[in-house]
Amino acid sequence: MRKLLPYILLIPTFVIIVMFIYFPAGTAFKMSFYKTSPFGNRMIYVGFRNFIQLFQNPDYLYSVRFTLIYVSFSVTITIFLAFILAFMLTRGVPGTRLYRTFLFAPYAVSPAIAGTLWTFLLNPVVGHVNYFFMQLFGVQVEWLTSKPYAFYALIFATVWKMLPFNMIFYIASIQDVSTDLVEAATLDGAGTMTKVWKIVFPLVSPITFYLVIMNIVMTMFSSFAIVDVMTRGGPGGYTTNMIYRLYLDAFAFQKRGPASAQSIVMFMIMIVITILYFNFAERRVHYQ
Amino acid sequence: MTRSGRQRLNTILIEIVLILVSFIFIMPLILAVTMSLQPPESVFSFPPKFFPTSFHWQNYVEAFHTVPFGRLLLNSAIVAAMITAGKIITGTLAGYAFANFKFFGKNFSFAFLFATLFLPAETVMIVPLFSLMKQFGWVNTYWALTIPFMASATNTFLLRQHFLTIPSSLEDSARIDGAGPMTYFIKILLPLSKAVIGGAVIINFVYSWNMYLWPLIITMEDKMKTVQIGVKMLIDAESANNWGIIMAGTLIAVLPTLIVFFTLQDLFVRSLVRSGIKE
Repeated sequence: MRKLLPYILLIPTFVIIVMFIYFPAGTAFKMSFYKTSPFGNRMIYVGFRNFIQLFQNPDYLYSVRFTLIYVSFSVTITIFLAFILAFMLTRGVPGTRLYRTFLFAPYAVSPAIAGTLWTFLLNPVVGHVNYFFMQLFGVQVEWLTSKPYAFYALIFATVWKMLPFNMIFYIASIQDVSTDLVEAATLDGAGTMTKVWKIVFPLVSPITFYLVIMNIVMTMFSSFAIVDVMTRGGPGGYTTNMIYRLYLDAFAFQKRGPASAQSIVMFMIMIVITILYFNFAERRVHYQ
Repeated sequence: MTRSGRQRLNTILIEIVLILVSFIFIMPLILAVTMSLQPPESVFSFPPKFFPTSFHWQNYVEAFHTVPFGRLLLNSAIVAAMITAGKIITGTLAGYAFANFKFFGKNFSFAFLFATLFLPAETVMIVPLFSLMKQFGWVNTYWALTIPFMASATNTFLLRQHFLTIPSSLEDSARIDGAGPMTYFIKILLPLSKAVIGGAVIINFVYSWNMYLWPLIITMEDKMKTVQIGVKMLIDAESANNWGIIMAGTLIAVLPTLIVFFTLQDLFVRSLVRSGIKE
């Protein structure tokens, strides 16, 4: 019985991941080599044609480019801001607890709600952001329906939503950095900037790596809700990222074959990220 | 400037930046509250109102009339509770297996599970997962909304790590006292893990309450949708852009997670760091 028990304990988990992750992944892989006949009643094997067409399709290539830009912008800004704010929040200034609560709050807000809140704030007629822009610069901006502002709007909302997650991790790891090191540097006459960028930032680099990976995963996928609520991929496909493209092709245009090929591309990206992550995580365990 | 003088200046600067930034961060939520309490005529006022002039609770009533929020809230609660319960059950069982047992294929099964760490089924595999749900006849059901997400690598890993910290001498003495492995698990291991499980409950609840893409495609009937989709329905319905009503709906949808966050903040934050659960 004791020999069998661990297998029994694992059954629920494995039934679910096999049925709902591995099996669909296999199906996606298979479907990516097929096209559905016009009446949807027959599957035709087309080899790599779905993939070839995908990489010849300007709309798809655009979504890949857009994803790349969107992910790199939001991740870089989030990481940078989160680190600085976390550093400030660990200096023990009065009121830290209150600031921390306020800065963390967006973590509990879903991407869909974040999108709604920012849609409202950026609304050209009733939005408060435009009110400030009007007062300061005398301009009114159509944030969500014009280029390149729709992109900025998405970045705003994404950074607002993701920053707390990163800040929580940075605060935890900055608190782990021995204060002796920082104090020694202070005695050596190091300025605040030197201390921050030459001592603390390198010391927390493992967490930075972890956060970069997490943020890439989050912006690749969770951004769906933000894009769907704020811009619906518009204006004119301008903010259509990979996951939104996949959604459109699969569920709006019913192109199952090409959509599966897109799933496989995203799947491959995730495999690369997972391998990167595990290589890194293993190394960290080694050095501890 | 003397060192203490410079330090004081630094503190003041940090203080100013933190006040400004936290103000900007919390602003969207505060403005949502004030806007949700304004009558339609003041929604379009320019300059926009920053404080409610009156308390127009009618917006909340109308949000419930425009979208069946009662039902959607119930759905979200059912979905979040089922996923959370499922994840805790599968995660504690599998975590126990990985932490306390030696068995053939352990390394392989561990790797097999952890390969799924970054493969959120709800996004990468939506197309085949959707077809699968159709074959099962699960479209528009709670089953489709919950069962595929009832196990995850992150949860299993979190619980395994915690079980590993519990001294094995406890298990030995339990065995000497005649307790079987399941008795030890239920009577000793789980009660000792209350804090970790509590944290996992909060994080998983927030995560599943906030799911968007999957509920959007798998539910066609309004009565099966969740509050996250309800907010979008409200925006679509309020084409006249009565933002008072939309903001009321938004706050209804975000309230449970915000309450959880503000009351259990410390546990929430601690568990998040420990588990690193992604969204």
